[in-house]
Amino acid sequence: MIYELSFLILLLPLLSFIVLGLAGMKMQHKTAGLIGTCSLGLITILSYWTAFEYFTADRVNGIYQTIVPYNFTWLPLGNLHFDMGILLDPISVMMLIVISTVSFMVHIYSFGYMHGEKGFQRYYAFLSLFTMSMLGLVLATNIFQMYMFWELVGVSSYLLIGFYYPLKPAIAASKKAFIVTRFADMFFLVGILTFGYFTDSFSFSFAGDIVMGQGTTPFIEGNMSKAVAAGACIIPTALTLMFIGGAGKSAMFPLHIWLPDAMEGPTPVSALIHAATMVVAGVFQIARMFPLWIQYAPEAMSIVVWVGVFTAFYAAAVACAQSDIKRVLAFSTISQIAFMMVALGVSLPGHHGAFLDNHAQLGYMAGMFHLFTHAMFKACLFLGAGCIIHAVHSNEMALMGGLRKYMPITNATFLISCLAIAGIPFFSGFSSKDEIITACFAYSPVVGWIMTGIAAMTAFYMFRLYYGIFWGTENVEAHEHHTPHEAPLTMTIPLIVLSVITLGVGIYTTLAGFLGWGGSFGSFVSAAGTDYTIHFDTQIAATSTIIAILSICLATYIYKGESQPIADRLYKTFPKLHRAAYKRFYQDEIWQFVTHRIIFRCISTPIAWFDRHVVDGTFNFMAWGANEGGESLRSWQSGDVRQYAVWFITGSVALTLILLCI
Amino acid sequence: MVPVECYFVLSALLFFIGVYGFVTRRNLIAMLISVELVLNAVDINFAAINRLLYPNGMEGMFMTLFVIGVAAAESAVAIAIIINVYRNFHSDNVDSITNLKG
Repeated sequence: MIYELSFLILLLPLLSFIVLGLAGMKMQHKTAGLIGTCSLGLITILSYWTAFEYFTADRVNGIYQTIVPYNFTWLPLGNLHFDMGILLDPISVMMLIVISTVSFMVHIYSFGYMHGEKGFQRYYAFLSLFTMSMLGLVLATNIFQMYMFWELVGVSSYLLIGFYYPLKPAIAASKKAFIVTRFADMFFLVGILTFGYFTDSFSFSFAGDIVMGQGTTPFIEGNMSKAVAAGACIIPTALTLMFIGGAGKSAMFPLHIWLPDAMEGPTPVSALIHAATMVVAGVFQIARMFPLWIQYAPEAMSIVVWVGVFTAFYAAAVACAQSDIKRVLAFSTISQIAFMMVALGVSLPGHHGAFLDNHAQLGYMAGMFHLFTHAMFKACLFLGAGCIIHAVHSNEMALMGGLRKYMPITNATFLISCLAIAGIPFFSGFSSKDEIITACFAYSPVVGWIMTGIAAMTAFYMFRLYYGIFWGTENVEAHEHHTPHEAPLTMTIPLIVLSVITLGVGIYTTLAGFLGWGGSFGSFVSAAGTDYTIHFDTQIAATSTIIAILSICLATYIYKGESQPIADRLYKTFPKLHRAAYKRFYQDEIWQFVTHRIIFRCISTPIAWFDRHVVDGTFNFMAWGANEGGESLRSWQSGDVRQYAVWFITGSVALTLILLCI
Repeated sequence: MVPVECYFVLSALLFFIGVYGFVTRRNLIAMLISVELVLNAVDINFAAINRLLYPNGMEGMFMTLFVIGVAAAESAVAIAIIINVYRNFHSDNVDSITNLKG
């Protein structure tokens, strides 16, 4: 049985990490890379096999069952217990496919990209570690296990961002990423402990503790009495705290500051960790906790919605002004993840009182669908950006321009992904984004229109980026000095595979959505585990398509030409706005101010003073007193026996006199 | 018949001579002899008081004999120590032994 083999999905990358980590430095680059890639190939095969078995298995009452092949108690603590195990349900199986596909592509790609790099073996070891932790995160059977892998993911992200550790910015970026996400994770932990303390459970729903082999169905009516005993606000509070942790990992405003800096890492790492997999952990976490959110904290969902809406807008606005191509992609990632957050947030139980009506299903399904499509096209965009950086040795758009004639494959795949993210029909992004916008409109027209507007901004900045790289003004001087060339085969094949997935998924789901075919994404992953058939709302689909095409036309008009008079004029008219957007609306400066000026100066410094002077002072005084006492007593020990005798006699006489007086 | 006060005076004299000798002498043998004087002063006290207060009892006398026995053992040990000190420090002067000084 394939489910029994599922432990290999976690074990193989761990083994590969240990082997490469311990013995990697003695290996040839090629051997180390092959070990990593082969183990990942096996994992990919296993994941696809598991997914095939899982999705072709019979549904019970039209619902995909949750399967728990392994679960054992790791640490019993009275009623509470920390479990470790593997849980398979539609979203975790979907994540298995996403992670293994993107990770496999990145492994292949890195052969070309990291060729001859110092620390090649270390790089592959860390990639294996990351893959293991990410897979463990999605397969976790309870919140605590998820948290452990969550932290492991953070560590591997830290190690990979700081891969070029001789470079100062890389170290700073890795520390920043680690500290910001750890800060957010603190809230996650507090949330978990609050939840565990009041409900006596770390499980993802109150459906009861998972019993080995016999899993539970999602959305079973839970143990209400526990929740009632815990009080009305406990679960919403705990869930909101966990959301803060998720927001840190998923770079939601105002905890997004680490993600743009994380681009200091190698580009394939950005594609894998900071675009496709790790940063969607927050979205995945909300999807995991969805039964709890929807049952006990529907009001708190509006926090998720508005944080998501604001982040999406903010990141899209910043992305319009960045000049570093990886930064543009980073902000676009933030914006797209915010789309997923919004999608999950708007999937409240319907106003008709039904527990989970179509509307609620739609948002959840759309969020997961966008997670899937985004992982594919954003990985493709990042890997494409890697090829470009490989060719021109710079991240700056100013050194690019007119690259289309040098790099035809990169150009084509990049264009496909740009069209997908812009939301053009027959590309995968269209189907998922359109579903998100439909769900938003059903939630509230205001959110719907805002998200449509942000989708238009997305199309605009992505095509600004596309034209800036492949068309526009060619930097002839730089290109003559060093002619750009197409990337080697190991780098272009992953691009082709990912864009084929983007295109294939796009064509099928677009047709399925318009014609009402089954077998689209909703058939596999939906909130209730049922078969959900996607039907596009023609009006919304038409509106968003027209708006996307219009903004692409606008970007074409402004940025395609050899000279860009409109862009220059806009820049001259609003220099302050451009500068503010380029500086990310001074978010880093604000954080710097808050942490250094306010927290460090007003809180940490007095505490440090108290610690150094009062706490340390007390103990130093005690040590000093004992020392001084010893110093003054030691002179009594003169070694002169007769003196001792005098003291002895004096003492005896004194004692005798005292006793006589009493 | 010698009055009992004489015994006490003699005992007190012996005791303080012993203490004085112990404190002022530097020679280890002399110090040992001084300690013996102190012990003998105690012995006289025991015998005299026994005779004075409990003429029919013999406990004080036994105690005296016991102290004499212990004193013999003590002086044997002390002389052994003194001999060893002399071997190690080539001196019988108490001031030469200051190794344990703090």
